[in-house]
This record gives sequence, structure tokens and C-alpha cells, in this order.
Amino acid sequence: MVSTLINANPIIYEKKERRTRTSPPTTNDDYAVEPIDQLEIFDILRDIKDPEHPYSLEELKVITEDAVEVDDHRSYVRVTFTPTVEHCSMATIIGLCLRVKLMRSLPSRYKVDIRVAPGSHATEAAVNKQLNDKERVAAALENPNLLDMVDECLAPSYN
Amino acid sequence: MERLELKEIQRLEGHTDRVWSLAWNPVTGHNGVPLLFASCSGDKTIRIWEQNLSSGVWSTKAVLDEPHTRTVRSCAWSPSGKLLATASFDATTAIWENVGGDYECVSTLEGHEHEVKSVSWNASGNLLATCSRDKSVWIWEVLPGNEFECVSVLQGHTQDVKMVKWHPTMDILFSCSYDNTIKVWADEGDSDDWQCIQTIGEPNNGHTSTVWALSFNASGDKMVTCSDDLTLKIWESENIGMQSGGGFRHWRHFCTLTGYHDRTIFSVHWSREGIFASGAADDAIRLFVDDNESQVDGPLYKLLLKKEKAHDMDINSVQWSPGEKPLLASASDDGTIKVWELVSQR
Repeated sequence: MVSTLINANPIIYEKKERRTRTSPPTTNDDYAVEPIDQLEIFDILRDIKDPEHPYSLEELKVITEDAVEVDDHRSYVRVTFTPTVEHCSMATIIGLCLRVKLMRSLPSRYKVDIRVAPGSHATEAAVNKQLNDKERVAAALENPNLLDMVDECLAPSYN
Repeated sequence: MERLELKEIQRLEGHTDRVWSLAWNPVTGHNGVPLLFASCSGDKTIRIWEQNLSSGVWSTKAVLDEPHTRTVRSCAWSPSGKLLATASFDATTAIWENVGGDYECVSTLEGHEHEVKSVSWNASGNLLATCSRDKSVWIWEVLPGNEFECVSVLQGHTQDVKMVKWHPTMDILFSCSYDNTIKVWADEGDSDDWQCIQTIGEPNNGHTSTVWALSFNASGDKMVTCSDDLTLKIWESENIGMQSGGGFRHWRHFCTLTGYHDRTIFSVHWSREGIFASGAADDAIRLFVDDNESQVDGPLYKLLLKKEKAHDMDINSVQWSPGEKPLLASASDDGTIKVWELVSQR
């Protein structure tokens, strides 16, 4: 295990108040398709625990609502996250958590891209490439230690 | 001009996870031998599928669920169709023999440190190549009694190697990688001294991201590669003759096809009839053909057909059948395999 923390003293931000979801204007039709929106994706991700702190990704501002782009019509989501420090070696674990949570939560028709915010990480291109190579992701998730780490971070996000 | 269509013949279900790859048995589909192929999956199994000669219906002939303990990433039949090699994330390559309809694992090749991603037999079936996330390419000699001896470990790629493929007629090996390059390997002299004789990268009009797959045309003077950079590239070479150690050694950029897929292109396969198919993470299949009517500059390639929503999820492998009919099989993240026939619309 890591004996020294990568970022020993992260800044903790307040959680956003949970907005009640407003029903669409025409509520007569129970079978109407309700598109997946930005807030819904953010709600799926906000409670994921940071790999090295007892705080959520929202509390550390690793992800924000604005960092989620969604196009339900095209079944496309892009999440841009901001590691707390530039040399965060946990960035790939955080990215993996985001991808796995979305994989388990969204309909399978969805295409997902995960990336670190431009300029927020020393090896940005390498991290992005790894997170979007599905063969590497599949291999990582067959690694019991990595999968345990991911599951631990995801645990608080299931309600 | 006649219009062509990819007609879905059958959707094959059985795998319980994404299907990574499939391989047609090269000696089937002729002389009354029913067509047969193998598929492999994230569910750690290999399935053998056969077409019934009278009904034309495809069904599972065998499920090979040992000895691989992790994802089976790719599979390849020996040229004689007798042996099947399967490459797994468990770092091994298994060799299967068809013994009276039963598939027996007759050998397990160990040595790679990490996931084995691809396996390929040479044209005469006496050499096997494997590649891995450990960045190396291994060449194995096939000895009597199902013995395999590693004759060379090739280092040179700086990242994991996604695919290995032998030239269709010469003992020249090609590998493509997460490091964005394609490498050409040949035996220099007679002492099993395999070396990298060419690296095709960005400075040579090469790809700008992971190269996932490559395929040759029937005569072996053209090669097509596909990439995460969303392009397909065609490369050409000449048979320069035996006096300089055999042909097809030096490859140069011929053309780049851009704008046909909008997510990673995972697979490309060239048919004997000169049509190449591509399958991608945009769930679509594209077919391309030589454009004879193009400019004076010489022939380029044109889109012959596009099949949107060919599967519900990413397409990982497209492979043309060896039989008389133009059949294409595709494997997908949606866990299914589809068999298509290229037919002309009337």
C-alpha cells in the first residue's frame, strides 16, 4: 500500500444541495421517454469516494455538474475530471471508477469518453489514452486488487 | 450500377460477455465441408460454430471453457485447419487439436509476462507468433508432437502490442501497437536472427494513435491498417526478388481513408475478391473497394457500402469467410456474432 499520501491536505468543498428533479411539463403519459440529462449523470457519479481520502469526488471538486456533457439522442457521454494535484497517480483509478460506474448504470447503447481536464495533469495524454482503451480497461478489471479498489470507491455511490 | 447490400443471415447467441474476435477455419466451405469458425470472448470461453449443410443454419458445435482463466482475446487456425491457437489475458496461448470432432488442448505456451493479445500462424504453418501487453513479440517454431519452441523474443515496441500478423506468402511478420507504430520483422540470415527491418510511424504518414489491426490483400502487395485515430491506411510494397532476401520488405504509404468511422476502428479484413471490411466502436461496418475509375494518379479506394447499427454495441472483429459465397462474420461487445451475406439488390 501507499504509505505517504499523494495529496495529504486536499481542499474540501461543500456538497451541492440536491435539486429535486422537476417533472417534464407533459406528465400525462407515463410511458413517455425521459431523456438522460447532465444532472442524472452527475448524480450517478457525485458520491464516488476518492481512492485516498474519505471524501467524495464532489467534495474534492474532482467532478462537477458542468464537467458532464451528455447527448441522449446520440447516446453519448463525456466526463472531464480534475485531479486534485497535477502529479496525481490516482488519476487512472479515479477515471476507472467513473467508467465502471457509468458502465453499470447507463443503458448499453451509451458511448462514454472519460478524460482529465486539459492542463490538470502532468501526463494528460497518456492518462486519457489509457482510460479510453477498452482492452486495457477490460484487463484492469480482471485484476482482483484493482477491482477491489474500484469497488471500494464505488460503494458509497450505490443507494 | 448494381447496388450491394449486407444481408443478415443469422445472429448467433451463446457468449455471455463481449466477443473479442473470431476466425474462420480456412479449409471449410469447400468440397462439401461445412463452414466453421471459432469465436472467443470476455466470458473466458471459445465457441466453435458450424453451418448445417442442408438447412444453412448455424449452431454451436463445441464450447471450450478450459484452460483459460481470463478473457480469451484472439484465436487463429493453422493453415491446415487442424490446429486452433487461442491467446488469453491469462498470459498463455493454448493450442487445440480437432480429434474426431472433439477439441483437445494439446499444448499451452507460456512465457509472456502479461496478457497475450494476438496469435498468428505463418503460411506454411511451421511458425507461430504471439504478442502481449509486455511489449514483446514471440516467434515459436512448431515441432513434431505438438511441441512449440520459442525461437525469438522481439523487443522494439515501446507499449503493448495489439496484433501480430504474418504476410500471406512470405515469412515476414507484422505487428501493430498502442505505441502508434507498425513494425516489420524478418529473419536476417539463417540463424533465427529475427530483426525489425522497418518501423512505420507518424513521420512516415503513419497513424497518430493506437493501431488495432492489419490485413493483407490476396497478392500480398498491399496492407490495410486501422486505428484509434479514426483512419484506415493502405500501404504498398513490391516483390523485389529473392536475390535481396525476398520481397515485400519495405512498405510505403499509399493512401489514407478518413471520415468513415467516428469512433475507434478495431478491425479490418481484406477479402480475396478485393473488398475490405472495417468494424468500429461506432457500431458500424464499412466495405471498401479498389476504385478503378479514379484519377490518373492511379487507383484509390472508395466506399462500397455502409451498414449503420450493424450491432447494438462496439464491433471488435470483422472476418470474410473462406467459402464460395461472400459471407462476412462480425463480433461485438453486445455478446453476439452476426453472419452477413453480401448480395446485390434488384
